Amino acid sequence: MRYAGIDIGSRTIEIVVLENLQEFSSKKSETTHDPLAQAKRLLANVSFDCLMATGYGRHLLAKELDIPTVTEISAYATGVQALFSSARTILDIGGQDTKVIAVNGEGRILRFEMNDRCAAGTGRFLEVMAGVLGVSVSDFGSLALEGQPILRISSTCTVFAESEAVSLLAKGERREDIALALHGSVVRRSVTMLKRVSLGKDIVFAGGVALNPCLRVILEKELGQKIIVPDNPQMIGAYGAALCCRSAAHK
Amino acid sequence: MPGKYDEMWDRLGLDLSAHEGLLTVLGKFYGDIYLSQQNRLKGMEYLDFVLSEVHGLRIQELQAAKKNGKKVVGTFCVFVPEELIWAAEGIAVGLCAGAEIGREEAEQVLPRNTCSLIKSFFGFKMARLCPFIESSDLIVGETTCDGKKKAYEIFADLVPEMYIMEIPQRKEKIDRDLWKSEILRFKDKLEEITGRAISTKSLGKAIKMVNERRRALQRLNKLRRANPVPISGRDVLLINQISFYDDPVRFTENINKLCDELEERISRGEGIVPQKTKRIVLSGCPMAVPNWKLPYVIESSGAVIVGEESCIGERNTRDLVDEGSKDLPEMLDNMVDRYMNIDCACFTPNKERLEHIVSLAKDAKADGVIHYALQFCHPYTIEAYKVKKALEKENIPVLKIETDYSMEDIEQLKTRVEAFVEMLSK
Repeated sequence: MRYAGIDIGSRTIEIVVLENLQEFSSKKSETTHDPLAQAKRLLANVSFDCLMATGYGRHLLAKELDIPTVTEISAYATGVQALFSSARTILDIGGQDTKVIAVNGEGRILRFEMNDRCAAGTGRFLEVMAGVLGVSVSDFGSLALEGQPILRISSTCTVFAESEAVSLLAKGERREDIALALHGSVVRRSVTMLKRVSLGKDIVFAGGVALNPCLRVILEKELGQKIIVPDNPQMIGAYGAALCCRSAAHK
Repeated sequence: MPGKYDEMWDRLGLDLSAHEGLLTVLGKFYGDIYLSQQNRLKGMEYLDFVLSEVHGLRIQELQAAKKNGKKVVGTFCVFVPEELIWAAEGIAVGLCAGAEIGREEAEQVLPRNTCSLIKSFFGFKMARLCPFIESSDLIVGETTCDGKKKAYEIFADLVPEMYIMEIPQRKEKIDRDLWKSEILRFKDKLEEITGRAISTKSLGKAIKMVNERRRALQRLNKLRRANPVPISGRDVLLINQISFYDDPVRFTENINKLCDELEERISRGEGIVPQKTKRIVLSGCPMAVPNWKLPYVIESSGAVIVGEESCIGERNTRDLVDEGSKDLPEMLDNMVDRYMNIDCACFTPNKERLEHIVSLAKDAKADGVIHYALQFCHPYTIEAYKVKKALEKENIPVLKIETDYSMEDIEQLKTRVEAFVEMLSK
């Protein structure tokens, strides 16, 4: 049996297909303005016996294909715990939300929290800020790693932080330093949420934003503990959904 | 085509075309959330009817009563002792509003970061969409929170007469004394505007009538907890909401009939959802008509609501006024005592509320509690922390939700609620 999971996020869509609990295939694309069409395009030529959808677009696809859904919170919790049995806390920063999930290591969620409706301090925030500083989002983290910790940006609101960054540029500050300050504001917000929910060992950092090398470095510094980042942090949702699909079929 | 109430609404100064738009949207919303439910009780037809006529027939009744010299008193808070209003032969109506209506108008006078409930009653007034406000001879506000307190000062300029009751914020003797003097002052005010003296007989009758309504709702709240759950949380919320508008005697009679039907259903072992459906207690801010967003999200995520710890819920029905007295001062004292039991988040400390939530969750055999607070409502958003701690101490899972009346966050709410239900199901 091949079990598949599809994670329709706000920025990207991922598919993972499992066979005998091993990853059989995986694919990824941008979400664009038409998530349903993108999801269907991505699913074409992918072979599986059953499919489960997660992510903010899960209901859209589920309605179209008559498939089951699972929230990204359960999907990440399942995916991370399957990969790292030592995981007790999961930080997932995606395109438009941040989640902290406390788990017991045996597949159960103990508590979780999710940011409110605005996308402050998420992937979208980093994308806009990278644009302000004229770098691509994939180079943003390495740019920030070259910065000196001499500036502070207090806001994680995209609109406010953008004007803070613009006025720092106008003052002649180095963009590496501004980049580092912007990363610092994302980390402070995540740390507050982590402290509110749970700071269990180990902490696994997943979601597309975990690809950013600078965030991991400052997070580790702020928390004084090692943070595990999976090899493909943005695939965890789809992987978890595939596992949920498998356990639903075995029930 | 002019409708049968257009003339009345026009006379009340409503914006007819905007009002028609509102009723159309509301009707559709009601159809999606309420009428689409399967296996509803027959007794809910009465509630469907009352709601469909909430701006029509009920307003006509109020207008007819006004013609006969009765006064309509509009209120915003379960602290306002309605027994006194009825005893003075007035009619009490709840004015709390639960729709994002007239927000632009409201934000012309109120800060944007004001809670939805306040913005909504301002919006209804400023956009000329609420026949209850327009029918009220006296509007009673209270000092439960800073937002309402200051907003009423502005609201007073928009209505014929505004009266403010001071709600104590602690439960010491001095606070009880204050509340007693407020009840006496309110009694005088009502006697002045209605021209009727409140007597032992009229107050005794009013106390009994309001208690009967509370008893019917208490009965409903007990019956709904059966397993399988025999009535949706949405329907019980609607019943609680309508209790603030409808004629109390007629309402009580119909709710008792509905409870008879519930008893039969329970004896047959029938429910509206399968037995293992996750049971949720909702706790927090009041949900006024037509604020059904979160209950709808919860009940379409594989869970069912089995209790509302809220002003439009158990907080308003939990306590009765002692009926044992035949002496007016003593009756008033009994009322003071009953109202001082209210565990609104405006009190400090407010340990009783935490205890009530825990015991409600246990009595209702809830699998989890969802705490609902309106954005910018400091009493409830801040108290949520203590609620969460109190429940976690008892190993009762909690989900905290902060939202408002808009529909923009419905998908995010669904993700949280579905994840919470998934967490409870593992």
